[in-house]
Amino acid sequence: MNDNRYEGPPDYRAVGAHGVFPETTHDQVERYNFLAHLNRHLAASVLPGVARAYEARVAPAFAAEHGREPRDRREVRKALASEPIHQAWSALRRNTMEMRQQAGLSVVLPQLAALMEKAERLTPPDSLQLDEGVRMPDYLTAVDHHCMPGSYHAERVAGDLSAAANYDSGMFVTTGGLLGRFTDGGGRGMVDYLGRHHPGFRPRRILDLGCGLGHNVLPIAEAFPEAQVTAVDVAAPMLRYGAARAASLGIGNVTFVQADCADLDAFGDTSFDWIQSTMFLHETSAKALPRIMAECRRLIAPGGLVIHIEQPQYDAEMPPFEQAMRDWDAFNNNEPFWTKLHEIDLDRVMLDAGFEPEELLHGGVAAVVDTSLFPDAAADEVEDYGRKPAWHITGARAAV
Amino acid sequence: MNKPASGPASLDSIALSGAKAKGKRPWFLADPDVERVLSITMAVAGELAVLRQRLDTIESLLEERGSISRADIEAFAPSPAQQEARGRWNQEYLARILRILQQEQEALERPDEPTSEEAGERIGEK
Ligand SMILES: C[S@@+](CC[C@H](N)C(=O)[O-])C[C@H]1O[C@@H](n2cnc3c(N)ncnc32)[C@H](O)[C@@H]1O
Repeated sequence: MNDNRYEGPPDYRAVGAHGVFPETTHDQVERYNFLAHLNRHLAASVLPGVARAYEARVAPAFAAEHGREPRDRREVRKALASEPIHQAWSALRRNTMEMRQQAGLSVVLPQLAALMEKAERLTPPDSLQLDEGVRMPDYLTAVDHHCMPGSYHAERVAGDLSAAANYDSGMFVTTGGLLGRFTDGGGRGMVDYLGRHHPGFRPRRILDLGCGLGHNVLPIAEAFPEAQVTAVDVAAPMLRYGAARAASLGIGNVTFVQADCADLDAFGDTSFDWIQSTMFLHETSAKALPRIMAECRRLIAPGGLVIHIEQPQYDAEMPPFEQAMRDWDAFNNNEPFWTKLHEIDLDRVMLDAGFEPEELLHGGVAAVVDTSLFPDAAADEVEDYGRKPAWHITGARAAV
Repeated sequence: MNKPASGPASLDSIALSGAKAKGKRPWFLADPDVERVLSITMAVAGELAVLRQRLDTIESLLEERGSISRADIEAFAPSPAQQEARGRWNQEYLARILRILQQEQEALERPDEPTSEEAGERIGEK
């Protein structure tokens, strides 16, 4: 930041609004702006100190005690725990997450009745299929994901959508705009990837797994207007909000369906030409993951594409320090499956689910955002381990 | 018909907004009392930033119009230049209040610096 170009997050007012987007007062906007800046400051100006402290103090102390370098990220994490700069950064980061939740919920809850009314008015009857019989997987109820009180599924009142409204309203704080006006840079990146690598592919039936409130599935639905898109999530509040949001943004070819992605009995074999997920797998579990992949195998049509995107796997090339930093959210921001997901051999999981070695796909997807208002994700040089908007693909092209 | 007892209007927004997320909270600093104070301080720092931006809004609007209403403040849409200036203010503000962390980092790079006492002893020697 030594030249004069402004590199901070954009103003919250640039975030895209829609028919169920929570309204904000001047001061609520500025609270979000402050938190986005705090988040950015921690990544750009405090985090580099953790890396330096590791080199200067933590690693040498470890070597002196053990006569060798740390073997893996667990040893690095333990060693970092007593480093004061790491402690200060962690305490501030955890607080930023908690403050963001407080800020979001205090925007949403006082206007919840109005939001629920708007959603009801906006939602076309057949775009939302809820199922009260769906059981919440244990892994979603063990802790509240990324410190959202009530996680994705809280029903604070009957017909609640506050979890999604809070998620949508305050997302900007952690992304700082890197995912675009509608937080859809991942979905846009996916469309871009498809155009480059599978230019002739014209899916008619698309399935999005763990859609959340549909941030990333909408650009996909928009890119393939002739396709029928099924967006599945287990949490009703996300779907209620997502269906209303999609309608308000003029997207009419998505159906939001409540179901457990490990058990998609409602859909027949080979029902979909394209099955995809964005940032979903890391919020599942070791038991659910193989079942989800088996459902992908069963549901994909011959010649169809399966694409899941996630942050890169931990492999031998990634230094243990970087792995430990990427693990921060696993231990300190309630992402309980993060660390396990990133160490398992995902190709193996695909093969065990019945895909053939020659069907497997690899590659990368980077966020595509409007760079006139927002910083260009690919050009951003601030490393905020595990939060960079660039992802790795686990996938397959089913044989014809 | 009986209305459900708990409609959205009956929610205690203040208590629910500050609710604890499920999962034991990790604490990081050697002394939890210090961490508690840090948490409160950062929340207050946030509120000060909010207030300062509100003042900036009022000043900008007054400069432009001479007199304003509360509705004008709510409807304020900063120009790109104003957005950037306000963003820069937040950056500078955070750098200022978190200055000690910057200095700790810089100290890491210069481990051999003497204390003033040590320097005093050395330069006091003939
Ligand atoms: C990080 S969010 C999803 C983000 C979303 N794909 C996007 O790109 O915006 C993870 C979502 O997965 C859902 N989820 C987790 N396990 C699930 C399962 N077994 N079946 C369906 N949804 C699940 C959660 O309810 C949550 O909404």
